[in-house]
Amino acid sequence: MGERILFFILAIVAILSAGGVVFSRNPVRSALLLVLNFFTLALIYFTLSAQFIGALQVIVYAGAIMVLFLFVIMLLNLGSPDAMPSERDLKRPLAYLIGFGILVTLVVQSQALLYPGAPQASPEVGTARVIGLALFTQWAYPLLLMGVLLTVGVIGSILLARRRAS
Amino acid sequence: MTLADFGWAIVRIAIMLGFLLSVLPLVIWLERRALAWFQNRVGPNRLGPFGLLQPMADAAKLFFKEEIVPASADRFIWALAPALSLFPALVAAATIPWGPNRLLTPVADVDIGLLYFLAMSSLAAYGVLLAGWSSNNKYSLLGGLRASAQVISYELGMGLALATAVLASGSFRMTSIVEMQAQPLWGVAPFLHNWLIFTPWGLIGGALFFVCMLAETNRAPFDLPEAESELVAGYQTEYSSMKFAAFFMGEYIAILAICGIMTTCFLGGYLAPINFSPIQALGEQGGFWGVLATITGALMPPFWFILKLFGLFFSFLWIRATLLRLRYDQLMNVGWRFLIPVGLVNLALLTVYVIWGWIPSLIGYGVAIALYFAIFGSRKPQRREVVLVSEAQPYRPKEA
Repeated sequence: MGERILFFILAIVAILSAGGVVFSRNPVRSALLLVLNFFTLALIYFTLSAQFIGALQVIVYAGAIMVLFLFVIMLLNLGSPDAMPSERDLKRPLAYLIGFGILVTLVVQSQALLYPGAPQASPEVGTARVIGLALFTQWAYPLLLMGVLLTVGVIGSILLARRRAS
Repeated sequence: MTLADFGWAIVRIAIMLGFLLSVLPLVIWLERRALAWFQNRVGPNRLGPFGLLQPMADAAKLFFKEEIVPASADRFIWALAPALSLFPALVAAATIPWGPNRLLTPVADVDIGLLYFLAMSSLAAYGVLLAGWSSNNKYSLLGGLRASAQVISYELGMGLALATAVLASGSFRMTSIVEMQAQPLWGVAPFLHNWLIFTPWGLIGGALFFVCMLAETNRAPFDLPEAESELVAGYQTEYSSMKFAAFFMGEYIAILAICGIMTTCFLGGYLAPINFSPIQALGEQGGFWGVLATITGALMPPFWFILKLFGLFFSFLWIRATLLRLRYDQLMNVGWRFLIPVGLVNLALLTVYVIWGWIPSLIGYGVAIALYFAIFGSRKPQRREVVLVSEAQPYRPKEA
């Protein structure tokens, strides 16, 4: 019972903050609400006993990526989006369509998982040991490929950021 | 979770927060007095014995100060920032065990103890960054930007340094890390504890972590975000009254928390320097040995922990009183070009130890140090001219 109440509180905060990200007129507040959203998402992971993923969610998304986002917003001192020219093309309806499609897929999929008597994950499944064993044995090759991808990204960003030799 | 579990959790939280908050005036007094001694001054010595009540008087003064809100500040975020800098500091210590009694400590002995600390300390950047931005003051903004750039850069090095403790103990759990260090020293000296700092990887990892610790808490010589000669007071320029005090408290509590992590991961946590377990065995008989076993087994560990904690804090003061502030490009060079490569090599050689034992690992350390001196040892430090290029990064080496 307690867990369910906690889930609903977290879910409401997550949904409200996600809405705030889209509707806020101030880019810094948008970014802050996104941080709040990531943080509540991490707390939801914790309640699902996926503690490792929850901690990584905070470290990587809330702690590193969003700090960089805010950093750039503050450094460039972005104004409100009203200043941007509104483009009337296919992008916006297409975005609505894709977003709605993802929503429908998620709802349908979660309904399929929530039938009575669905198998429960063991509470051990979220520990660092279990995830590490899975990653480095069963999924070792995809992991290596991800490592290559990240290395390419790092080298590419260094190349882009390098000052041109004049 | 039963009601008793819940009650014990409340007790654990109360002890941790009570300790952090009640030791705060002492820490601030120590900082002022010790700095004064280092600089051949007297320091605050009027109020109370040895001036111990001075922080109380300062706090009372701050309570009655007028709070000035900058006219062009983003008021909500401006008020949120001190709270955001205090919150991660207060909760970051929750996984640190300060004694062997699992009912009283740590607050939560979770499987992801170290990751939890990293997560909370990575949130600490927000308070500073938002304070700098929302004040709408160029000095504040520069201080905030510097602070966040510094914290992001040094978090990587800190993670690599802490990874040595994780790899050596095979767990993120703080209590497992302490238990790993309770083994005999190098597996041969049963009367001593194998603190991680006594191993080569632990020594290098601990040194890296110590540097990162200074940078993460924005302390000298990495206190560029609040460099008073350039930025007035950095991100806290526009804060007065209790909001200023909140930043102040957040800074010191963060220092205590991070010193607690260093103590736990590298300095053996609450373990005594000597292994008292023979006395524990004798204590079964009761009587004199029983009393001695209680003292060494149950009462002394928190004392050792606090002793190590304050020793580390004193080293912070020592460094602050001794070293000069780094330049911005030096700060970034130390972080990216020194700490991270050394941390990676250290981690690789620790892996060699875990897989193949200590002989190949020590050979690897020898080769790595020899290579380092062969490549960099003969190089003389270059004199560099610096030019002012942009506001956020004031100094950059001049292009050759």
